Formats: sequence, structure tokens, C-alpha cells
Amino acid sequence: MIGKNLSHDSATRHVTGQARYIDDLPEPRDLLHALPLASAHAHARILHIDVDAALDVPGVLAVLTEADIPGENACSPVGWGEPLFAEGVVHCVGQYIGVVIGESVAACRAGLSAVRVEYEPLPAILDVHAAIEKESYFGEPAVLSRGDVDAELERAPLRFSGEVDTGGQDHFYLETQAALAVPGENGTMHVFSSTQHPSEVQEKIADILNVGRHLIVVTCPRMGGAFGGKESQAAQPAAMVALAASQTGRPVKIRYDRKTDMCQTGKRHPYHSKFEAGADKDGRLLALKVESFADTGWSPDLSRAIISRTLFHLDNAYFIPALRFTGRIARTNNVSHTAFRGFGGPQGVIVIEEILSRLAELLRVDPAAVRRLNYYGDAPRGMSPFGQRLKDVRATRIHDSLIDSSGYRGRREEIERFNRESSWTKRGIGFSPVKFGISFTKKEYNQAGAYILVYADGTVQLNHGGTEMGQGLHTKMLAIAAHTLGVPLDRIRMMDTATDKVPNTSATAASSGSDLNGEAVRRACEKLRERLRPVAAWLLGIVPDEGDGLVFEDGEIWLPGNPAARTTFQEVAKAAYDARVQLSATGYYRTPGIHFDPSAGVGNPFHYFAYGAAVTEIEVNGLTGEYRIRRADILHDVGDSLVPSIDKGQVEGAYVQGVGWLTMEELVWDEMGRLLTHGASTYNVPAIGDAPVDFRVSLLPDAGQEGVVYKSKAVGEPPFMLGISAIVALRHAIGAFSSTPSQVELRLPATPEAVLRAVDMARGNPAPAATKA
Amino acid sequence: MNRFHFWVNDRLIEVEDEPPTTTLLHFLRERLRLTGTKEGCAEGDCGACTVVYLDATGPLGPRFRAINSCLVLLPMMRDRRVYTVEGLSSGDALHPAQQALLNHFGSQCGFCTPGVVMSMFEATYRLDLDADFKLEDQMCGNLCRCTGYRPIREAVAEVAGTRPRDRFLEMLQQAKADPPCSEDPLGSYETSHGSFYAPCSFEALFDLLSNEPRASFVCGGTDVGLAVTMHAGGRPPGTSREAGSESSLPCLVSLEDLPGMKKLQKSEAGFVFGASLPLTDLEEATATDLPPVSRMLRYFAARQIKHRGTIGGNLCNASPIGDLAPVLLALGATCILRDRARRREVPIEDFFVDYRETALAEGEILEAIRIPHIPGDGRAASYKVSKRRELDISSVSASFFVRTDANEKVTEARLAYGGMAATPARAKLAEATLLGKRWSTSTVEAAAKALDSDFEPIDDLRASAWYRRTVAANLLRGFFLETREERLPRLSARPSGTIEPESPRTDVEG
Ligand SMILES: Cc1cc2nc3c(=O)[nH]c(=O)nc-3n(C[C@H](O)[C@H](O)[C@H](O)COP(=O)(O)OP(=O)(O)OC[C@H]3O[C@@H](n4cnc5c(N)ncnc54)[C@H](O)[C@@H]3O)c2cc1C
Ligand code: FES
Ligand code: FES
Repeated sequence: MIGKNLSHDSATRHVTGQARYIDDLPEPRDLLHALPLASAHAHARILHIDVDAALDVPGVLAVLTEADIPGENACSPVGWGEPLFAEGVVHCVGQYIGVVIGESVAACRAGLSAVRVEYEPLPAILDVHAAIEKESYFGEPAVLSRGDVDAELERAPLRFSGEVDTGGQDHFYLETQAALAVPGENGTMHVFSSTQHPSEVQEKIADILNVGRHLIVVTCPRMGGAFGGKESQAAQPAAMVALAASQTGRPVKIRYDRKTDMCQTGKRHPYHSKFEAGADKDGRLLALKVESFADTGWSPDLSRAIISRTLFHLDNAYFIPALRFTGRIARTNNVSHTAFRGFGGPQGVIVIEEILSRLAELLRVDPAAVRRLNYYGDAPRGMSPFGQRLKDVRATRIHDSLIDSSGYRGRREEIERFNRESSWTKRGIGFSPVKFGISFTKKEYNQAGAYILVYADGTVQLNHGGTEMGQGLHTKMLAIAAHTLGVPLDRIRMMDTATDKVPNTSATAASSGSDLNGEAVRRACEKLRERLRPVAAWLLGIVPDEGDGLVFEDGEIWLPGNPAARTTFQEVAKAAYDARVQLSATGYYRTPGIHFDPSAGVGNPFHYFAYGAAVTEIEVNGLTGEYRIRRADILHDVGDSLVPSIDKGQVEGAYVQGVGWLTMEELVWDEMGRLLTHGASTYNVPAIGDAPVDFRVSLLPDAGQEGVVYKSKAVGEPPFMLGISAIVALRHAIGAFSSTPSQVELRLPATPEAVLRAVDMARGNPAPAATKA
Repeated sequence: MNRFHFWVNDRLIEVEDEPPTTTLLHFLRERLRLTGTKEGCAEGDCGACTVVYLDATGPLGPRFRAINSCLVLLPMMRDRRVYTVEGLSSGDALHPAQQALLNHFGSQCGFCTPGVVMSMFEATYRLDLDADFKLEDQMCGNLCRCTGYRPIREAVAEVAGTRPRDRFLEMLQQAKADPPCSEDPLGSYETSHGSFYAPCSFEALFDLLSNEPRASFVCGGTDVGLAVTMHAGGRPPGTSREAGSESSLPCLVSLEDLPGMKKLQKSEAGFVFGASLPLTDLEEATATDLPPVSRMLRYFAARQIKHRGTIGGNLCNASPIGDLAPVLLALGATCILRDRARRREVPIEDFFVDYRETALAEGEILEAIRIPHIPGDGRAASYKVSKRRELDISSVSASFFVRTDANEKVTEARLAYGGMAATPARAKLAEATLLGKRWSTSTVEAAAKALDSDFEPIDDLRASAWYRRTVAANLLRGFFLETREERLPRLSARPSGTIEPESPRTDVEG
């Protein structure tokens, strides 16, 4: 069952419309609805909240604010700095002030528009540059350093510096935030939440209601996409309905419309980075200094962990002898930016990739060759900036293999020929690699549990702590269980993720869902199988020693070489029940050997690293700046794939999402801090024509990863960064508009407008400075 | 009448006293509890709500149309057969569209999937999906945040045009255009929340208009539907989905069923297209004869919108970024207007009076548009530039018509733009620089310069004034290059659809 292409475990339900998301669940009797009341100002004192008119609206039951919270008014994943509802001051447009509860969504809307909030506006900091100027930060800088970087820069034959700015990115999961709270007896509450982190939702609700966590059950049936956006920020809508349900004694549902979702939830952090680099004449990096600033928004949320991951990935796959990386999380009056696939890693990787692209342009050499020169390798080039010795570095192997299989060199020549002959249409080809550290940087998250129940008819229920958001985690867990227990997939039922099955679970995030939960599931299944083995031996009338040789596979149990010794899992389960053998088991796993000391900047934060690389070919229209990806080739390392069809899907989806971040997805705020691109009509995520026309993804063969469940590897986030190859390709194409080789100046996101500016610049025709906000 | 019926998945559904502004999506999910159809945006831009209906009223024959149920007002589906994702499989047997998506591992989170399936369902019965760009056009209205589209692309290519011999094909082949007028020529649906009329005779229409001062027109409803959902979506935070819209749109009058309003006519004098003709039909009908029209429509919204959106709605909306207007301006179209007493024909330029204002008088409708043939010595093409090629609003759109004599002197020129001014407009100064000059690089350069005086474009979230200005001039340059070999560049030859100044491998100087 391991290593086979499988459909997503819900695929049939997806294509028939039977898969239920929160808003599709049968509605309980007496259901109420809720909508959040949010700040209209980026920074203001709340002078007065007048809810009288709202309460007069027929169907409106209540408007709850911080005063109505029985427990702690707190909803931060890190335990500080974020109340659920504003306390006297609002810090961004869209910050929650309260929640309107009504008999219908319509009543809530009417109620919402009848609430009058009086504000006294205060000065606001609306972007990272303003924050830097005002020195507005949370906490102290995070630093990674090695060697005497200033001296090495001084000594380097080639020195250059620059800046890299990247924009934010809306998650644009297709299913918006949603939750349903159903109050039970005796102060209990069952909350259905579209969340990556049911245990945290449970914790926040318990604290807000001032009750023990045992009274709260949080269930996540599935999510219609999440991408990090439902890691910490699904808690607020869930907390609102739980609070409303506890106050009214009735079930309450909330579902954001797209505008509410986009205006009130955090996004990928926009970044500003500055660098100074030194290299030798061949293009080998000798020293690098980078300062990165993340627009964190108004509350810390997960930003500290995010900036650390940025620092951990500023080297990407490259050995840099001397370096100093500094990261700061800038406090602004924006929504609180949050986890998004890659968790700060992409904002680091793009910086070093830009540096190498610019270096290649300076040296007038193939940017892929410059990358190859700089990879980590054997000692002394095997030491990460944080003192973790890298084992089994696969960068060069993947590089060479992909350069070959994609026909990179020949195509590059072909393209240059094409570009000489074509004046308005230019093509470019770009290569970029990724190395990504796997493990939560928060140590206690690196544990997981599973709980498996076998019934006397041989059917199985499978519970684990991870959530399903489309990434195929459940499918992988089913494959592991089917393989380990030796039962067919259709005899195993995946249960909804729920906090009453596995306690104290981690967020399904950091690409670690299948590593952690998979090993827990495997261990639980192994326990059960080993309990069943003597039962089977007894049933088959063979001696216990021979039982060791029994094979459990696809619902049957047999002894190789003994055709008579064959029975079924079902019979053995029944026999085990009759013999009073326990038929349920838990499994537990914690990642061994990881530690990190943030003050010293050293440790072993990652269990291992995932690798991959992409080659993208793009065509640019020099008249309009429009472009189109003609072909993309990817070679990605997922270890021994648990389910190749799922892994391939992750790689493809991540790549396109990465391309979207760097090209067409542009967030625009006005001068009051209000988001202008708050709908599908103004915020462009890639459509089918933006994905590569010719898309070839392969998984690295012979790639088993020791120490991970069935030698597999995490896949969710790393390939996101392969989208950077599209920018490398764009730079190549844009450079071709210039008569002399020169530096390309391409702003990110590289919208058609940004590309046209760069083309005009390359053609020696610079556009006037951007007037656009 | 305060009731009507329609079919959902071949089940007869009686609707009674439901507000006329209830969307089909809302009705499916909240009343019928068919929750397979999803809401992802409520503005026609994501496709999660895609359903299909069988339409036998168009001039090109019966067809399935994939539409955004979030923008469809329920009474528009009166007497129609609607299919949702729940209605495709037969017992355990999946529909080929569903099976193909499954086989190609085309769903991850599954939230876009019902919509994707429904667009693929339409594709299964289409016989004209013979090129990659057409498959993209078929699917570009379905955003998927998870898959990266490769499996969707492969799945749709597998089923497109396969037309299995199933109950749906039977339905399609048996479908007949409705009898011209039913017993109630007003097609009335009057409820306590407001009314919806779909008159099937002009007499009934004009009678209604003289009695009903609050009447507002609707045709495909893609714009009107948006006004309803955005209102309900709290866009100015406010009133409700069910209740709020009744006050703003108390009386809707649909122009869809009026006789002749979907006509498609070609004669010596040119083409006449009825104002209620869906844009997909217009796109298909103009592919060979009027490539500037079909080429613009390739990058107009997405198929689900074009199936409902109409010529009349696009023009009467008078949006500065309406994409048909520049094409019609360039091609010298005229608008045929009609009220109770008479018909009049006005040149398209005179139709757009001001920002979102047209020449339509009170009680007057746009009945049709007339487009003259493009003469043999004419060159014409249309372009649309936006942040995302598909399913996006124009940053700039342009359509050009230039005619030259035997000496290549320009005898007629119409350069029309959208997104450059408060209304779609011609660049009169630039046109003037062309007239009488030889059609050459330097003439085009002079015209491109003159554009600067023609327009004062603005900065907004889609594009800067600089970009609009630069692209406006470059499109004209590109038009010159593009039409050197082919006077009416066709979409099929230029599948990227956007401007392609040179065919690959030919050496062209800049
Ligand atoms: C997601 C989305 C994407 C879109 N993309 C584009 C795009 O790319 N380019 C573009 O140009 N537009 C776009 N539109 C706008 C819209 O779809 C088109 O303008 C469409 O053609 C409108 O036609 P309709 O029949 O649906 O209009 P309706 O909504 O039915 O009507 C629009 C207006 O026109 C009036 N009207 C309609 N017909 C007549 C008539 N015969 N006589 C008098 N008045 C009439 C109505 O009273 C109403 O005020 C988009 C809309 C959406 C929702
Ligand atoms: S819900 Fe997005 S198009 Fe209808
Ligand atoms: S599968 Fe998740 S949006 Fe398409």
C-alpha cells in the first residue's frame, strides 16, 4: 500500500458533492448566526460602542464585546499580545471588536450596520518601511552569525549590495473561515471548526470561557484549503461562536464571506531585506550580511517563529563561509500577518536566490552554474549557519539530474537564438533549487499521537492528531495503517480530527503532518498487529515461533511456504475479541535529537532537510509586460514517497502558488490602511492559463530518508519555493531586451506592469518613478 | 402569480413566494440543502458555485451552459433544467467528468471540485473544444488554489467532446425551444418581497413599463446579480441577502424572452446581433467573420459569466472598462434602440454619454446592435491587457480599425480604448494623425505619441497611469506589426490571445 498512487481518500465525495465542510453540516435546531464587528480604523481609541440600534433590529439577539468574556480576553497562539476583542484601542482595520448574534445571517448583517462605534483616530504605521523609520518592533532582533563577516566582505574580490522587497500573499483558501458551536450539558461545548489546529482552538475557547479544556471538544471534519491561514487565525471565529453559544445556550454558526475573510485575517508577511555580499571571481559566495524586516501587523501571532525560519533559510542550499543574518519583526497597524506555506522560509530563500541571480548577471554567466558552485557539500562545506552539520546533501545530485532531464543547456541556447531573432517577444529559462528544514522550530510541537480501534468484524477506525486540508494527510495515514495492519483500505475508516480522540495535538503545519502523525499511526498499528499475531498463530494451529513469520497483508494473514496456514484479519479480530485481547491502541511519536538555543543561534533545529529544484521557461511580451509559463520541470525529493500521486499534487500546487506570490498576486492597501484588493475580482490568484502549459514533475528516485516513517519525507511547503525559478526565467527574458548585458531591475510581485517597467529599463527607456501606491 | 417551477437534477421544484432576488446558489444550499455547490466569492470570480442548465433558447441550438449560480436570480431559471454536482452520477456510476477528475487525482481540498466538475460536464457535451486554448477558456472560470491545474487540464482534455450516450445527451437532443409566448405574456412572478417579470412580447413589456415606475431591467443578470450579492455581502455593510435587496430592486424586468432579442443575422449590410444574445454565442458566431469580436471575448470574464452575460448588459452598463465597447467603436457599430412608439438607430459613440450613462431614454431598451462588414482593405484587431490574462478586469483594452487605399494611405481609422477615460472612447487626435498618411512605422509612432494628448488615464489598484499610457501606445505599435501579415488576426492563430506582435522565428525590426 506504501508507494502506490492512490486517490485522495475523499475524492469520490469531492467529485459528487458529498464531502461536507463546516457550512454544509446539517444545521442543529435553533441555530443562531454570527458576524464579527471589526475596526474601521488602522489605529484609534474606541470612545464609545453604541449597540442599541443594532439590538432593535428584528432577529438580532446580542452584540458581545470584551466585557462579555467570562475568562481571559486572549486569543494569541503564543500566549501574549492579542486579545480576542479590542480593549479600548484598535490597532488595525479589521481588528475584532465584538460579535453580532442573530437569528439569520441577514439579521446579523443588518445588526452589524446598525452598530455605531465612535473612534478617536491615532497615528498609524502602515508598512514595513514606516515601521523601520519609527523603529517600531516587537522584541529584539534575531541573529545568526558565523565568522567575521565585515572583514570577509572587505577582503572579497567582488562586492555588491542591494535590497529585496516581497509582497504579502492572501491564502485564498477556497473555503473561508467557518465554525459552528453546539452547547451541550453541564457546560460542555462541541465546536466544529475549519482549523489546522483543533487543540489550540480548544485551548483558546477554554480560556475565554474560563473552563477546563476537558469540557470543550473541537472537531475538524476537513478544510477547503488552509495553507497556514487556519493555523492560528481559525481560533477567533471559533472562539466567537463558542462565546455566543455559551451566552445564549443555543448553537451558533459563523462563516466569513470572502471580503470579511480577506480584510480581517492575516496574510503572508510582506518583507523588506537589505544585503551586502562578497564573492570570488568565479561566483563563489564568501560573505553575506542580510537584514530582514517582516511586516508583522499589530500583534505578534506566530511572527517570531516565522522570522527565525527566514533566518534559517537565507542560505537556502548554499554554503556561505562568513555571514550575519538579522531578522526583525516590525510592528505595524496592519492585520496580523501569519503562517503561510513556507512560514517565512520563502521570504528568506528569495533573497539569496535574488543575490545569486544578480551575481550571475554581474559576472555574465549562466545563473544555474553560479548556483551549482555554491551548494553545500562535504566538510568543510557542510556546516549550516546555525551549527547543524548537514548530512546527505542532495542539492548537487538533483541539480545535475534536472539540468539533464529538462534539457536546460540546449534549451538555453535555443532561447538565446530565439531572442536574437525576435524583437518584441523574448523567452527566458530559469533554474532554482530549494533546501528546506523539516521540524517545528517550536520543540514541543514535534510530537504526535494516534488512536486506533479494531472492531470484532475486522473493520478499523483510525484517529490521529493531524487535520486534512487537501494535502492528502488522511490518505497517507490510511496507507500507513493499511500497510502496517495488513487490511484493505476500504475496511478502515478515517475519523474526523477531534480533540477527544487525541489530546494536546500540534498544528498540522510545518509540512510535518505525515512525519509526526504517520509514525504515531505506524506505531499504534504495529502494537495491534503484534497483539494479533499470537491469536492468528493459535487460530492457524502453528507454534508461536512460526507466528513471527506470519504476513499481514490486504486483509489476509498467512505463513509463506505453508498454503494451509492462511486466515483473514476479520477472523483473527473476532478470535482476539473472544480471547479478550485488547483491540484498541494508541501510538505516540516525538522527533528525536532536535534542539536549538535561540540566544546563541546554534543547535539542531531540524530533523532533516528536503530538497528540490525547478526549471521554468517563460515568454515575455515586451509591449505589455504580459508573460506566460511555457514549461516547467521539477525534480523533488520526498524520500520514499508514501503516496506518489499525493506528493506530486503537493509539488504542483505549491509551485503554482509560489509563482502566484511572486508574479500576479498583489495586495493593495489605501492610505488609511484599508485593503483594496479584498475579493476574487481584485486579487488575482493563478487561473488555469497561468499554470505551466507543459508541466513535468518527477520525484527523486532512491531517496529513502532514514529515521522517518517508511523512509518518506515531508512535502507540503518546500516546493512552494520552486516558484522562484519563474523569476529567474523572467530576469533572463527581460535581460534579452537589453542590447548590452546588464542588471535587470524587476520589482516583486512581477505583475505585467512590473515586468514592463523592467523591460523598458532594459531597453534603455526607464519609466518615470512609480506613482502607484 | 407568486410561484413558478423549474427542475433541479430532473426533480421538479415548486418555488413559492421566494424573493425574486434570491440567488440560485442560496436556494440550492439553504432551501434544497444541496450543499455540494459551494460559495467561494459570491461575485462570479471563482467558479465554486458552478452549475449547469440546459438552454434551448439560443440561436445556435440547445446546449448546456455552465454558469455561476451565485449571480443567477432564481426566477431566471423558471421552466429550466438545472444540474448540480449531486445530480450527475447514476447510482454508483460516476459521470465521465467526475471519473476523469478522480482518475487524474484532480481534487485536493475538494472545495473547488464541484464547480470544476460542472465545467467539465459542459465540456463533455461540447463538440468544438479542439484546441488547448479552448480548453483553458472552458476552465478558466474555476479557480483552484490546491492542484496547480495540471490534473484538471488533463482530465478535461480527456472528456471534452466525448458525448457519452447518456440521459444528459438525450435531454440535450430532445430539448426544444420554448413556445414563443405562454399564457401569461408578462411572465410574472409577484411576491410579497418584490416582482420579477419576463415579458415575451414587446407590447406586454411596454404596458408594464408604463404602469410600473420602479421597474429596472435585467438580462443575463451578471451585473445585477453582483449588485445583489455585494449588497448582501456587506459591501456597503448593510441589508440582507433575502430581505435587503427587495427595497433596492423591487421590480425586475427581464429582457431575455423578448422575441428576436437573441437574433444572429448576417446580410449584405452587415451583422445584427440581438441585445440579449449571450456572449458565448456571440463569440462563437464571430470567430470567422469578425475576429476582433471573438478575440476580445476570449479574455472577457470566464465562460460561466459569458454564458449569462449579454451584449445589452455589457453596453447598457456603460462601464468605462466594458470590453465590448471598444470593439464596437472600432468597427463602427450602431445601436438599435426601441421604445413603445419607435425604433431609432444611434452610432455607438453617441450611445455612451458620460461615466456610466447612456443615450437610452426612460422606457427605452437596446434591442440590437449592427456591425458593418469589415472591408477587404481594412485591418482590425482587439486586445485586452489585465493583471491576470483570464478572468480579470481590463487595465487597458483596445480595438483598432484602419483602412488603407492602394498606396497604403490611411483612409479611415478608428482607435478605441477602454480603461483610459471615464467612458470607452476613441482616440480622435491619434486617429487624425493617421489619416492621409502612409501606414508605416513612423506614422504609427506619431499616432502613438498623440495618444498622450487623447487620454488622461488614472492610477488605481489594477494599474498605474504610466502603465495604461504605455500599453495604450504599445498596443497600437503591436497592431501595426501584427497586421502586416494578417489583416484580421484570428484567435486560433494566436492562441495566447493577447497581442503577439510577431509570429515566432520571424525576424522583425522593432
Ligand atoms: C466575474 C465577472 C467578470 C466580468 N468580466 C467582465 C469583463 O472581462 N469585461 C467586461 O466588459 N465585463 C465584465 N463583466 C461585466 C458583465 O458580465 C458584462 O458587462 C455582461 O455583459 C453584462 O450582461 P448581463 O446581461 O449579465 O447584464 P445585466 O446584469 O442583466 O444588466 C446590466 C445592466 O444593463 C441593463 N440592460 C441589460 N440589457 C439591456 C437592454 N437590452 N436594454 C437596456 N438596458 C439593458 C440592465 O438594466 C442593467 O442595468 C464581468 C462581470 C462579472 C460578474
Ligand atoms: S461563488 Fe465564486 S463564482 Fe460564484
Ligand atoms: S482542490 Fe482545493 S481549491 Fe481546488
